[in-house]
Amino acid sequence: MSEQLAQPEHGPAIGQDEWVARHGQRRSLRGGPLGTLETRLLRVPWWAWLVLFLAAMSLLPLFSSSGYVRRVGFDTVLYMLLALGLNVVVGWGGLLDLGFVAFYGIGAYAYAMLDSDKFGIHLPSLVSVPLIVALGAVVGLLLGLPSRRLSGDYLAIVTLFFLQLFQTLTTNGDNAFGHDLTGGPNGLLNIDPLHAFGHDLIVQHRGVFAVSYYYVALVFFALVFVALRLVNHSRTGRAWRSLREDPLAAEAMGMPVNWLKLMAFSFGAATAAFTGTLFAALNGSVFPLTFYFVLLIIVYTMVILGGSGSMPGVVLGALIVSPLLELLRDPGKSRVVFYLAVLGGVVVAFRFSRKLGLVAAATAAFGFVAHAVAGAVDDRWVAGEHAGGAGGALAHWVIVPSHLAGWVPVVSYVGLIAVGLFLTLVPQRIRLVLLVPTLYLAAFVWENVMLVYPEPARYIVLGVILIALMILRPNGLLGEKRVEII
Amino acid sequence: MDTFIQLTVDALTLGSIYALIALGYTLVYGVLKLLNFAHGDVFMVGSFIGFGVLQLLGGTSNPSVPIWLLLVLVTLAAMAGCAVLGVVIERFAYRPLRDAPRIAPLISALGVSFFLANSMQLLFGAEPRNYDTFSLSNGALYLKGLDIGNVRVSLLRIITISSAFVLMIVLWFLVNRTRTGKAMRATSFDREAAAMMGIDIDRVIVFTFVLGSALAGAAGVLFALRVPTTVSIGFIAGLKGFTAAVIGGIGSIQGAMAGGLILGFAESYTQGYISTKWSDLVVFSILIAFMIFRPQGLLGRAEIRKV
Repeated sequence: MSEQLAQPEHGPAIGQDEWVARHGQRRSLRGGPLGTLETRLLRVPWWAWLVLFLAAMSLLPLFSSSGYVRRVGFDTVLYMLLALGLNVVVGWGGLLDLGFVAFYGIGAYAYAMLDSDKFGIHLPSLVSVPLIVALGAVVGLLLGLPSRRLSGDYLAIVTLFFLQLFQTLTTNGDNAFGHDLTGGPNGLLNIDPLHAFGHDLIVQHRGVFAVSYYYVALVFFALVFVALRLVNHSRTGRAWRSLREDPLAAEAMGMPVNWLKLMAFSFGAATAAFTGTLFAALNGSVFPLTFYFVLLIIVYTMVILGGSGSMPGVVLGALIVSPLLELLRDPGKSRVVFYLAVLGGVVVAFRFSRKLGLVAAATAAFGFVAHAVAGAVDDRWVAGEHAGGAGGALAHWVIVPSHLAGWVPVVSYVGLIAVGLFLTLVPQRIRLVLLVPTLYLAAFVWENVMLVYPEPARYIVLGVILIALMILRPNGLLGEKRVEII
Repeated sequence: MDTFIQLTVDALTLGSIYALIALGYTLVYGVLKLLNFAHGDVFMVGSFIGFGVLQLLGGTSNPSVPIWLLLVLVTLAAMAGCAVLGVVIERFAYRPLRDAPRIAPLISALGVSFFLANSMQLLFGAEPRNYDTFSLSNGALYLKGLDIGNVRVSLLRIITISSAFVLMIVLWFLVNRTRTGKAMRATSFDREAAAMMGIDIDRVIVFTFVLGSALAGAAGVLFALRVPTTVSIGFIAGLKGFTAAVIGGIGSIQGAMAGGLILGFAESYTQGYISTKWSDLVVFSILIAFMIFRPQGLLGRAEIRKV
């Protein structure tokens, strides 16, 4: 008996909270060489991964001196921070916080008020940033208080309304009882860069985005990552997970459920506020609409895609989604992303089998025939310019008319959705046959409708990712499998 | 006094539209315990379907059918279109997640909402669409009406308010006086027990989505009769509708109606007497007050958690 307790690895030491807390690690490992590799990789300590990751990230500016790439890198690090913050609330606490980006906004606005010419206050960053983090934590706590029981849906609606309220306050704050507090829709401008000990951390260096902010952001990221990891492996972290799995059982075990929820909320809010200071310091300006529903969905997609609950997961999610959104801005790159994604999807669906070859060949042939037929019927049907320019075989494959009648985008887009959804309902054999024209239709819609309007198109991609993930793989790429307790 | 009457009429118009949206939330929540974030965007799609049908019928300046028939057709088309949309959303985005953790369908619903709003922007652009009801028979809908004191309540407002109430009465009848309605109430009370009694749960849920989404479609048209609609109205409309449902007591049909009207009055009087800017703040305060003092809402039952 005492031996068993001394060696918890060798048997289910039921009743020990370490054992309960480690349920995620005890999942079965794959066999074979892949399994061996996985086991080996799992043995690498987390800090070694973090150092490796930071080293890889810090090499980015060496590869490209363009300000744009650095800027995207910086934004990605900000997204990673936001995803880590949201992960505390959604992934660990299991609470649906839809006001998350409002705390990001609060951080940014607070920094803008404490470090700009607006009120003539110029606090050193070493004072203002910790102050703002504390502010974020307190506001998070206060927002959580009203919905006492904080059951999922009520919390969601209160926080969503809070986001709306943040919008109202910042947009109308230029005339709050006669005082101009937030600059209204025009935002706050001329915000100080980060500064400490009398030195400014400059944003632009000879007209190019200075690399210093990228490294500062990485350092911030490392700090937040380590801090949150420590929290997650503390008593509080384990309590959060037990709360997420079964609030009722947690309460029965004597855990202060409400307090734990508020803590999760507050930690998430503080992280978001912290990230907000960085955002404001870099941009030098803040506007209300930056912190709205779109940003919320972006961060949620990152967390869900990476795997909510897993810190490396959400970081990976941010690392995928943020550059993806940038690529989708540009028609040329967006096209490459689309065809690669379709190809990847088909490969995942069929693995490398004869069916894959069949579908690929049939789709290619279908396209060339359709293009030739359309060209023969009317020249104008295939005379259109490919957005962003597409050369080679693609120009002879996808039909791009020189002029689209008003109904074509609507019908083809809605038709694509309808056929796509219908495909999930029919038996395998019919699906295989219908897949070919569907893929072609998808290419047609992408080239003719989506590429023309990148702004809604890239958000549509996000929405689709979010829905598909929830249905096909709710634990994301790296998320731990949830144990269903019955 | 005139201002007061004017604001009250405003409140009734706004409130009846909120109530229609809130009903959709409350019906779905009652049966599925799901906060359907996409509902606001269904409302928006409804207003666009209405606009499309209006254009098909010749627009307001040169309608090919009598005015009353035009309005009825536009509303019915929007209701039908939204009902189909609601069923599709339920089938493909919510049904696969029915047994998942509760947070999963919520996130899926967020995705649907985002997808719908952006798809509509992709297809129809972000510019506002105006029904231009003033052109209908030279502004009769605006100029004629009922006089209360010095205030003229325009025909359009009377139509909006009365059709909203007619719809609510029809809904009340459907839920309380028909077999399917009974099945709905049973499912809402206890889904498992209802299934064991031989109620086809899937059918009931589909029916619920049909009802809720059709009401949202009607609300979309009634809203757009007076105010130009854009692809981005869904977010706020959904938020207000859900708030109304919570205030009234989520899951309760009469509650949703009451909540919608309360919200309408709160907003209208705030805008009239205090400031147009801060009405959201007032509504939020009401929501918080309800959360603290009466979390089950006005007419809702307190949730009893059985273990």
